[in-house]
Amino acid sequence: MTGATALPRKNGELVFDEAWQGRIFGMTVAMSHDASFEWREFQAQLIAEIAHAEREGASSSYYERWLHAFERLLADKGLVDPTALAERTHEFEAGHRDDVF
Amino acid sequence: MSDAHHEHGHHHREPESVLSLRVRALESLLVEKKLVASEAVDRIVGAYEQDIGPHNGAKVVARAWVDPAYKQRLLADGTEAIEELGFGGVDLKVVENRPGVHNMVVCTLCSCYPHALIGLPPVWYKSFEYRSRAVREPRVVLREFGVDLPESAEIRIWDSSAELRYLVLPERPAGTEGMSEAQLAEMVTRDAMIGVALVRSPAPAAR
Repeated sequence: MTGATALPRKNGELVFDEAWQGRIFGMTVAMSHDASFEWREFQAQLIAEIAHAEREGASSSYYERWLHAFERLLADKGLVDPTALAERTHEFEAGHRDDVF
Repeated sequence: MSDAHHEHGHHHREPESVLSLRVRALESLLVEKKLVASEAVDRIVGAYEQDIGPHNGAKVVARAWVDPAYKQRLLADGTEAIEELGFGGVDLKVVENRPGVHNMVVCTLCSCYPHALIGLPPVWYKSFEYRSRAVREPRVVLREFGVDLPESAEIRIWDSSAELRYLVLPERPAGTEGMSEAQLAEMVTRDAMIGVALVRSPAPAAR
């Protein structure tokens, strides 16, 4: 197999292609350290999310699926309300908010 | 990239920046609720970007190569044996390559991986391609990685889970008899510890 289906072999690729991937990864790890949830609870969400996306043939990236899984876990745990997140995201999109991390 | 974005006439942000905004919104909510400290996230990201790489796992492998008693402990109880070297936080089983038996690690469901020992998984490890083919046709996949095993060799596939991670103990290559533990550790690659590469004998000229 060559081209798009070939498995990349190099050892030294970037850990995170984009900054937000590192942020979502770091938030998940930090919250599991603080025992907001168990790592395996997140893992179960991620497995479900990946299986769902692959069934649907979705083109979403790995960390996009990670984000969805994380959001769902936070919603299930009652930690972040999806509506609140949608509103906050809209504030960022509209430029009403520009917190820097 | 989703095709949906081509259907609109007006300008749209790239999907990446939409995701980036969403993640910033999420972080801002979590910080506000004191569920996350941005400094803690910085520390974790920094650690994974700079400090936590395959060298922790490489130290474990090199120790096992030079210390038969350690190797025995490592194969019997990986979790405890890596704690001896200061690594932990993960239930680990170490599987040993030897003549005629090659081990290869995959996570068929997602991307379980011994982070503390070998860092974050490479892109291909998380791909559907690798996750499905490693089980179905390991010999072909290994050949694509440049590992050509004799037909008689047995290939064992280990499917990682959230509960148990695997690390391959590669074979110590010939010609390394005089090398120190630290020198040996430098030769051990991430891919060798996933089981998609062998540790090669050092080139005579280089030593």
